[in-house]
Amino acid sequence: MYIKLTNGIVYDPVHGINGEHRDIYINDGYITRKPSSNTKICKTYDMKGKIIMAGAIDIHTHIGGGKINIARMMLPEDHAADLVEKTELTRSGCGYAAPSTLTAGYRYAEMGYTACFEPAMLPSNARQTHMEMADTPMVDKGAYAMLGSDDFFLRMLASKKDQAAISDYVGWTINATQALGIKVVNPGGISAFKFNQRKLELDELNQYYGVSPRDILKSLARAVTELGIPHPLHVHGCNLGVPGNLNTTLETIRAVDGMRMHLTHIQFHSYGTEGDKNFSSGAAEIAEAVNKNPNISIDVGQILFGQTVTASGDSQHQYAGHWHADPKKWVIMDIECDAGCGVVPFKYRDKNFVNALQWAIGLEIFLLVDDPWRVFLTTDHPNGAPFTSYPHLIRLLMDRSFRNDMLSTINKEAAAASTLASIDREYSLYDIAIMTRAAPARSLGLKNRGHLGSGAVADITVYSNHKDKEKMFSKPDYVFKNGELIVRNGKIVKVVNGATHTLRPEYDNGIEKSLKRYFDDFQTVSLGNFKIDDDEIVEHGNGKIIVQPCM
Amino acid sequence: MDKTSTNSSTINKDVTCPFCGILCDDLVIQNQDETLKILENGCPKAVASFETKQAISSPKINGKNVPLSDAITAICNILKKSHNPLIAGLGTDVGGMRQVMHLADKTGAIVDHMHGNALIRNSLVLQDLGWITTTMTEIRNRADLIIFAGTDARNYPRFFERTIWNKKSMFKLKNEQRQIVYIGDKLNSKAGTSPNGKPPTTLNCKTEEIGEVISGLHALVTGATLDVNEIAGIKIKTLQTLAEQMKAAKYGVIVWSPAELDIPHAELTIQNFCEIVKYLTRYTRFAGFSLAGNDGATSANSVCAWQSGYPLRVNFNKGYPEYDAQRYSTHNVLKNKEVDTLLWISSFSSDVNSPRASIPTIVLGTPDTRLNFKPDVFIPVSTPGVDDTGQLLRTDSVVSLPLKKVRQSPYESVNTILKQVIERM
Repeated sequence: MYIKLTNGIVYDPVHGINGEHRDIYINDGYITRKPSSNTKICKTYDMKGKIIMAGAIDIHTHIGGGKINIARMMLPEDHAADLVEKTELTRSGCGYAAPSTLTAGYRYAEMGYTACFEPAMLPSNARQTHMEMADTPMVDKGAYAMLGSDDFFLRMLASKKDQAAISDYVGWTINATQALGIKVVNPGGISAFKFNQRKLELDELNQYYGVSPRDILKSLARAVTELGIPHPLHVHGCNLGVPGNLNTTLETIRAVDGMRMHLTHIQFHSYGTEGDKNFSSGAAEIAEAVNKNPNISIDVGQILFGQTVTASGDSQHQYAGHWHADPKKWVIMDIECDAGCGVVPFKYRDKNFVNALQWAIGLEIFLLVDDPWRVFLTTDHPNGAPFTSYPHLIRLLMDRSFRNDMLSTINKEAAAASTLASIDREYSLYDIAIMTRAAPARSLGLKNRGHLGSGAVADITVYSNHKDKEKMFSKPDYVFKNGELIVRNGKIVKVVNGATHTLRPEYDNGIEKSLKRYFDDFQTVSLGNFKIDDDEIVEHGNGKIIVQPCM
Repeated sequence: MDKTSTNSSTINKDVTCPFCGILCDDLVIQNQDETLKILENGCPKAVASFETKQAISSPKINGKNVPLSDAITAICNILKKSHNPLIAGLGTDVGGMRQVMHLADKTGAIVDHMHGNALIRNSLVLQDLGWITTTMTEIRNRADLIIFAGTDARNYPRFFERTIWNKKSMFKLKNEQRQIVYIGDKLNSKAGTSPNGKPPTTLNCKTEEIGEVISGLHALVTGATLDVNEIAGIKIKTLQTLAEQMKAAKYGVIVWSPAELDIPHAELTIQNFCEIVKYLTRYTRFAGFSLAGNDGATSANSVCAWQSGYPLRVNFNKGYPEYDAQRYSTHNVLKNKEVDTLLWISSFSSDVNSPRASIPTIVLGTPDTRLNFKPDVFIPVSTPGVDDTGQLLRTDSVVSLPLKKVRQSPYESVNTILKQVIERM
């Protein structure tokens, strides 16, 4: 059953195809070579003048798990203005910053996204994260297990257990929680907060365990390398949101000694202390460090103005930030001697100096990092802005005059303090295809996604080439998922369930002996029940697990 | 291996007990010829629930036995005619609740849980000022001061055993270093005595007065002096002592049970707990902990929130979710005749029965359900965690556990029955 997309203009950076006329053939859900001339083509779509890219991939979006469900429950006012009616095909739900799972899945697909990755799955909350992801239709998904403030790991590090044992534990965690990667959030800081430490610098010791964030980062980065996990250690660094954290971030880059590391929502970690208000942009220094260190990749965590909610595993800094909650309500949780979370609603204001400068810092980073293969497009949904603002963000990157128009509307002092006006760079469609498709797929080790070559899964998005890039990326003409047409003119035409991507790294299962003893002594669930069976995702969830190979 | 079998007997280990919100998952249960016996770690509630032989029942239409498929057809017919159904009870697991949400969306129903009054007491606090909370493993290993406000945890029989009196703790916190305090009316403080005999402190007051007592404590921990000798019959000196203990605690916890705070505007009392916790967290670490979640209440609330955006109670009548925690209660919508059909679901116990309503009523209940009326349709259902696999969320809304099937059952689950209803509508 061959399908042909003909006359389209293809952007496929994995194959170096930069806006060339190519025909694309789909068979059985995969992209194939041109079949022999006597093969019957069942359906041909004329894509004349249209732009064709692989389906977009969001490498960092909080779509599932306890903290986002707290945000949903806490913010009925968030949903009231953005209610979504059921249709013949789709279920009802709501937005805005903390949308229902179903609505999130539909909206991602309607924007041309075909895969989304939840970056902060607490092992103790993993089962629920998978439940919520299973109820997020249309897109493929996966999650990174959060380690680094969990007692078992900190205990191993404190007692100087050898790296092999730590790697075994990390491997065990990936398997037990059905994860696709490892994330660390404020390394050791979430634990420190439970011992009443209110901040933790890169070289400051957690007072109970006597280990520093630097020790934690190095150990986890090494474990990720040794286990052959494709995605580098996904790092939410120390001192999120703290003026002057630029130096922490630069030191963090140096700390991993050239090992691969992904620094997430780096905008929140790129602040200096210059100027009258002791708050300044560190974008130039950060971009320079990223440019010089090919082992580092980043996503930006761009903020955009308006109401949102911040939901993070970083209970320590979310507590510090709760004074700025808008509306004035917030949640902090300590979780299972494993992790924590904080949910703080927030309104970014364009006339506020700090918020306006945060906006500019994010854009500066996007524009000053040279290699689009190492910078991914995110707003850290919903922390910087809801994911639905991606088309607006793409326009800011692709359209300098639009960007400068926006710059002229923000807080004047912030605009004056930013170098944004002097940056001429405009992202090309090829750059956008890299940062929203090819690069995230490569970073996650998804070999048959993020490109349009033969053998790729036929996740394909087709746009009209509007001059207004926000319009273009808001409403694709066609979206195909596994070769099926699921969206036409920005509306769902078929509901599908994406798969869950996982890894099965090899490790010495001898670690289970100590884990069993540990769970029996200290935990409130048993080891056996902590682990998530395939059946829980397959039978009770969305029906499919894809195990990605390790390196 | 969590399952060993001989010819006639199977032993299941690490079984999760679905019969209260703390979901103990260390039960060892023997199945001998489909009769269950808890060999280890059964509380009286678990023993009563697991070991009672499953009643014999049949699907019924107007009291007459019918095949299951006829009963499902009858449900479809009733729901097709309905303009405003109410799906209530909601005693089911995550899978069952997923089907409830789908059916509610399809039929424009209101959804509410049998413990909805308790659930919304917490929701209202979350939505007004928020909170700082903790989970069972944190309490187990960290908490050196635990204040039970308006509850003695008796409805969660193994709470003390599982989270407070431990042989070991991660940070070498000894049982004797833990201080237990009760505030409230007629609380049984026996469980609060440490294994070595250290007694708890009890401050007696009426449930309605707990909020006032906590407000007094809040004033005292801020350093204010109070120009009264006592609050709710409790001497200021006693409160002052507790206030000092709270300030000195390294990790204090206030435990409440929303169901047991059965007083008007209980949310204000819960908010008092949460606000003193927030204040103390400026200086030390403190957290709240809500004991709830029986009959799948936490799962129902959470699934409702992720699928609709709102916690319970939600109305889908307009084609999109509308949230109103007070208005859409089972009691209100039946009394105000806002609904024209009732679908009641209770698959864990027959303790809370379907209300009798003068509208077409469908009951999916445990086989031992005894009603004082004949519903239009009754289907006996299996119990997740006994007769079927499944998943439930624990009271802290963080941990969820897999449920095991430990015996064969002739009855189908809420999940599969509602799936058939949805497919056939």
